[in-house]
Amino acid sequence: MAASYFDVDGTLVSTNLVQPTLYYLANLGTPLKSIKSLGAAFLKAPLMALAEARDRRLFNELLYSAYAGVSEDRLEVLSKEVYDAVLHPALYPFARDLVEQAKRAGHEVVLLSGALEVVVRHLADVLGADHVIANRLELKDRVATGKILRPVVAGPTKARLLTEHARARGHDLAECYAYSDSYSDVPMLSVVGHPAAVNPDRKLSLLARAYSWPTLELSAERP
Amino acid sequence: MDHPSVITLDKDSAPRTVFAGDRLVDIDLPAGTKVIYPKPALRPLPDVDAAIRYALNHPEGSPPLYAKLRPGMKVTIAIDDISLPLPPMKRPDVRERVLTIVLSMLADHGVDDVHLIVATGLHRRMKPHEIRHMVGDRIYDAYAPERLYNHDAEDKANLVVVGETDTGEVIELSRRAAESDLLIYVNVNFVPMNGGYKSVAVGLTSYRSMRYHHNPHTIRASDSYMDPRRSKLAADIGRAGKVVHEALDVFNIETTLNNQMFDPSLSFLCKNEDELGSREKALLRAAVLATARLPQPLRHTVFDKFPAPYGVTGVWAGEVGAVHEKVIDRSFEQYMVPFEGQVDVLVCPIPYISPYNVHAFLNPLLVSVMAQGYLFNMYRGKPLLKQGGTLIITHPMTDKFDHEQHAPYIDFVHRILPETRDAVRMMHHYEESFACDPAFIQMFRSGHAYHPSHPFFMWYWGENGRQHVGRVIVVGADNEYIPKLFGYETAPSMDEALYQARGGVTKSQEIACLHVPPIVMADVR
Repeated sequence: MAASYFDVDGTLVSTNLVQPTLYYLANLGTPLKSIKSLGAAFLKAPLMALAEARDRRLFNELLYSAYAGVSEDRLEVLSKEVYDAVLHPALYPFARDLVEQAKRAGHEVVLLSGALEVVVRHLADVLGADHVIANRLELKDRVATGKILRPVVAGPTKARLLTEHARARGHDLAECYAYSDSYSDVPMLSVVGHPAAVNPDRKLSLLARAYSWPTLELSAERP
Repeated sequence: MDHPSVITLDKDSAPRTVFAGDRLVDIDLPAGTKVIYPKPALRPLPDVDAAIRYALNHPEGSPPLYAKLRPGMKVTIAIDDISLPLPPMKRPDVRERVLTIVLSMLADHGVDDVHLIVATGLHRRMKPHEIRHMVGDRIYDAYAPERLYNHDAEDKANLVVVGETDTGEVIELSRRAAESDLLIYVNVNFVPMNGGYKSVAVGLTSYRSMRYHHNPHTIRASDSYMDPRRSKLAADIGRAGKVVHEALDVFNIETTLNNQMFDPSLSFLCKNEDELGSREKALLRAAVLATARLPQPLRHTVFDKFPAPYGVTGVWAGEVGAVHEKVIDRSFEQYMVPFEGQVDVLVCPIPYISPYNVHAFLNPLLVSVMAQGYLFNMYRGKPLLKQGGTLIITHPMTDKFDHEQHAPYIDFVHRILPETRDAVRMMHHYEESFACDPAFIQMFRSGHAYHPSHPFFMWYWGENGRQHVGRVIVVGADNEYIPKLFGYETAPSMDEALYQARGGVTKSQEIACLHVPPIVMADVR
C-alpha cells in the first residue's frame, strides 16, 4: 500500500499558519489578555517576516511563542471553533476530491502540516485522513510555554518525518505521493516517487516544470 | 492507370516538400515513387443554414426534431470538442451554425431546460476561449458556465449506469444527458472514424466504460479503424452505443467538411511540386526557409494563428446508424484515392498537429500515434504498406511535452516505455493504477490535462500499425534516445533511410509517399 502526504496550509486550504493563530489570540479568556497577546505578536511581525523568508522552522518557533500562557483547555475548546471559522471556509473546492481520489486509489492519507495538531485533527476528520503529523505546543502545568515540541514540523524536517512514517507503515517511498504549495516543502516532495505541486508559488512552479512534476490547481472553478 | 491524385516520380521530378513537425523540408524520393496527394476539396454547400434546417426537418430514420419537442421538457445538447477539425476551423464553426438553429427551434417550442455539454470523453477540458470559438459569442455568453460546460468523466456523482451490453460491458454516461428527455448530439466529422455511435458512447462516458473498446485487442483487429464498416473498434463502440441509444432518446446531427485545410493563398503546400508556377515555387521556397530559420516556439505560434477555411459538405440528422452511413460515404468521397497494390516502403510526413495537441506541442508519443496509428490506418481494403514493410517518417521527435495538457504523457514515456513496449503487458500491469493516479486525475478535472489513461490509449492506437510494420525509420530526429525508446531507427536523410530500408543492398522497392496534410486515404486494391 502507498500513502499520500498532504501539506495543509496553501495546499488544501487557502489560509496560512498566521490566521488560526490570530483567531486564537483574539479569543483568549478576556479582551485584555487578547489585546496583550495580539500586541506582542504584532511586535514580532517584522522578525517573523524575515524568518519566513529564510528559515521556516524559525518562523514556526516565533509564531507559536505567541501562545505562551494559553491553557490546554482553551486550546482544545477553541480548536473546533478555529477550524469552523478559519479553515473550513478556506477549504479549496477540489481539496476533498483529491483526498477522496487518493483514498479510492487505496492510499493511506496523511496530513503533514506546520499548523497545530489540535486544529488539523478536525480537518483530518472532515477529509477522512488516516493520520496527522503536525506541530504540538509544549505544556507545563497544562499551560503552553510558547515553545514547540521537537521535532518542529517544517522544511527539511517534514521530509524526515515523512520518510520515518512511510518506513514505519511499510510504504514504498517510490509509490508514495506528496502534495504541497510551497518551495519550502521541496525536501518533502523530493523523497517520494510521485510529488505534485498544488497551487504552487512561483519558485515551486518553476521547479515543478523543470522536473515535470504534476501541477494542480485545487482552487480552480468546477467544470 | 493511376488516379490523378497519384503521381509517379521520374528522375527529373523536383524534391517533394513535406512537413516535418512544424518545419517544411525537401525530401528526395527515387524515380518510381508514387506520391499520393489529397483530392481537390469538395464543393462546400452553398447555403449551410438551409442544409441544417432541411436535415432537422427531413431526418434519416427518425421523426423531425420539431416533432420530438414539447414545452417544459429537459434537453441536453452534446457537442464534439475542439480536437476536431484540425486546425480549428474559421469562425463561424459549423457547430455554432447548427446550435444556433437548434437552440432557436427549442426556444420556439417552449423548451427552456437546455444544457450544452462539450463531449470531451477522456480528452482535456476545453478552455473558455476554445468553447467560445466552437459555439460563438452569443451562445457562449447566454449559456456558460452554468448551462454550457465540459463533460467530467471523473465526477462519480454525475455519472450514471444506463445499461449493459450482451457481453456484460457496463455503460456509464453523463447523468444530465442520461436523465434528459432528449439528447441531441452535434458532431463534426473530420476523419471517417469520427461520429456515429462513438459520439455519445465515447464523448459522454467514463474510463470504466471506455476500456472495453480502447484496448490493444480491439485495435489489433481493426482493419482499418478509418474504415468503420470493417473496423472492430467501430463495432465494439457500436455495441456500447446501441445500449445508450436504446436507453435514451438520441437525435444525432452529423456534419462533414471538405479538406480545405489551408487558406487558398497557401494551396501550393498540397500541390504536385512539378506543377507549381514560378510564384508558387518562390512562395514554397520562402516557406521552407522561414520554417528553417524561425525558432520553434515562433513557428508553432505562426501555425497556431491560422484557423482553417474548411467548407461544410454535408449535414444529416436523425437516427445514428442511418445518418452515419451517409456521413461515411461523403467522407470517403473527399478522402479516398484508389491505389493499385501494396508497397515495401511508405513515407509519411508527420505534421505539427494531431487531434490531441490543439494549442500544444506534438510530443513524441503523439508522433508515434500519427505514424503507426492515424496515418498507417488511412486505408481501405488492404494496408498501403506490405506486412513487415518499412515506414519512414519525417519529424524531429523532440523530447518535449506540454506540461499542462500532456503531464501524464511525460510519465508514460519516461516511466512505462523503458519498462515495456508490449501493449498487452502495459494494459495488464500498468494501465489501471496509472489511470487512478490521484494527481493526474486532479489535473484532468480541475486543470487542462488529458486523463491519465489517455497515453495508454494512444499507445494502443498504434497497435495494428505496430503489428504490421516491420521497421520505422525517423528522418531528421534531433536525438537518438527517444526514437530508440519507441523502437524506431533514425536516419540523417531520406536517402540514408531508403538505403537502410533496403538493408544496404541494391534491390528495387515499391515506395509510396502520403503527401499529408490535408488528409488523404488510400483505397488499396
